[in-house]
Amino acid sequence: MAKKEKVALDGLEKFNRISHPTNILFNLLFVIFSLTCIIPVLLVLAISVTSEQAINKFGYHLIPQAFSVEGYAFLMKQGTMIARAFGVSLLVTVVGTVLGVLLTTAMGYAMSRPNYKLKGLLTWIVFIPMVFNGGLVSTYFVVGSLLGLKNTLGALIFPLAVSSFNVVICKTFFKQTVPDSLIESAKIDGAGQFTIFFRIVLPISLPLLATIGLFLTFAYWNDWYQSMLYIDQAGLKSLQALLNDIMSDIAAMSSQIANLGAEGAAIAANMPAESARMAIVVIVVFPIACAYPYFQKYFISGLTVGAVKG
Amino acid sequence: MSKTSNPTGKVHKKRWDRDDTELSILALPTTVWYILFSFLPMVGIIIAFKDYKIQGSFVESMIRSEWCGFDNFMFLFRSNDIWIILRNTLGYNLLFIVLGIVLPVAATLMITMLHGKRLAKAYQTAMFMPYFLSWVVAAALVWAFLSTDKGLINMLFFADDHQQWYMKPEIWPYLLTFLNVWKGLGYGMVVYLATVTGIDRSLYEAAVIDGASIWQQVKSITLPLMKSVIIMMFIMAVGRIFYSDFGLFYQVPRQSATLNPVVQTLDVYVYNMLKLGTTSMASAAAFVQSVAGCITILAANALVRKIDPDSAMI
Repeated sequence: MAKKEKVALDGLEKFNRISHPTNILFNLLFVIFSLTCIIPVLLVLAISVTSEQAINKFGYHLIPQAFSVEGYAFLMKQGTMIARAFGVSLLVTVVGTVLGVLLTTAMGYAMSRPNYKLKGLLTWIVFIPMVFNGGLVSTYFVVGSLLGLKNTLGALIFPLAVSSFNVVICKTFFKQTVPDSLIESAKIDGAGQFTIFFRIVLPISLPLLATIGLFLTFAYWNDWYQSMLYIDQAGLKSLQALLNDIMSDIAAMSSQIANLGAEGAAIAANMPAESARMAIVVIVVFPIACAYPYFQKYFISGLTVGAVKG
Repeated sequence: MSKTSNPTGKVHKKRWDRDDTELSILALPTTVWYILFSFLPMVGIIIAFKDYKIQGSFVESMIRSEWCGFDNFMFLFRSNDIWIILRNTLGYNLLFIVLGIVLPVAATLMITMLHGKRLAKAYQTAMFMPYFLSWVVAAALVWAFLSTDKGLINMLFFADDHQQWYMKPEIWPYLLTFLNVWKGLGYGMVVYLATVTGIDRSLYEAAVIDGASIWQQVKSITLPLMKSVIIMMFIMAVGRIFYSDFGLFYQVPRQSATLNPVVQTLDVYVYNMLKLGTTSMASAAAFVQSVAGCITILAANALVRKIDPDSAMI
């Protein structure tokens, strides 16, 4: 019976299709746009594996004139700077994501409890920043000076940890998917709200944790703005911040390396600047490009929940 | 706090109990975060009315700095730059709002009509990618195309006559608009696609049986059901009309002074002024952004509420 219905529906769908020429036209448009999205990344990849001589002679090309991994070899050899920046990025991303997920879900859970007395107050606390904020100047002085986070990893971690958008997603999710009866019965069994939250609510909300966690992971990994505002010390720069410096001034890379001593100066003198620079772009993009197709569905579910009630 | 009315008829607890205490403790760290990182800066916005001089810590400086009324604003609006910057900010935003709704909606409708579902999925994945790249990375990608002596465009099309793209203000409005669409289209499609796939198929079946063409189905079924999401995206975009995508306008043009008249927006201006130490101008501009942003979002919402109460966000 069910199968028969499916067949009938397919028939209808077939009948209700756009014509073949239109289909081809649409496909063509999407192919063009998809290529616009992919080709730039391929170009950078190609540059990163082209020998420095070929780049200087022929410029950037999609197909390397002379293949070479000297850019990567160079980055590996002088190690410390890239390794440190990678470490900062990784640490900030991991710590920030864990902290952010805990702060966001705890708030969302408290707001989702129908009988909680301060629910109204918390809703205002979350809502007001959605329509009003202190602006860059005031935020800059508060975070950098009043809270004393300038030139600390805290400046990279704390400001991005919570967003009202994510809190609202959590609240909506808990309201819709965690049955009241489950929480009531846990309470009858003598569980407090902490036990309920950490032992019952969070374990059954894994899709939500994945969504919020991924939003945060990408936000932290991609962040360069906080670094630009609050970080001056070379040792605390993330990969994105390092790339930012190097892109705006290719000399920044050689000078940073030259700082590493006499040996560094020698390396800096004959470094493959162009390919090394693009190699850093590839190192930054690679984890994302590999990861996001697998996590797409969590993003989509997050955006959808958010779209239901903003 | 006690005796809340209860329209549901459920028995309401009237007193503060253990649950409330525990939930408050759970919410406390996040509340502290909001106070420190959201509400303190809101209080700090009064800096716009002070002749701010650094004298010791931030709080000391704030207290010792003299009130100066609207001097900072006078100063700001007397400068010639600000009007160009406002024009850029609002102009780009209006363009981005229109394109940011029309193009993703059109792309969503088109992708749902494709015959090959697997191809559709592949396009979607490819087009979503730019959303996951930071503007620093995107700026590097643009550089690979536009750099004067090595860029791909010059290599392929201007081999004998290298063009200095970062010195040509006339191409940048188009380029920035293109990049905005490039980065946002995949994201917009995801949001709208979720709505379209959620539409009950039987509506379309009924329409087909009644002899509706595909365009008629789009016009009378799909678009009306997408309306509230479209309006929500619109309100959110309008609320940010005094803000801009900082990375797009700061990173991509590589701070080329020649491009300033066509690429500088309020965000970039505030940042540059702040970094230069011109706190008075920066704080006044930031204040305008915050207050005007707040007003526009509330106004947009009120307008929507008037026209179509169900779609209002707040």
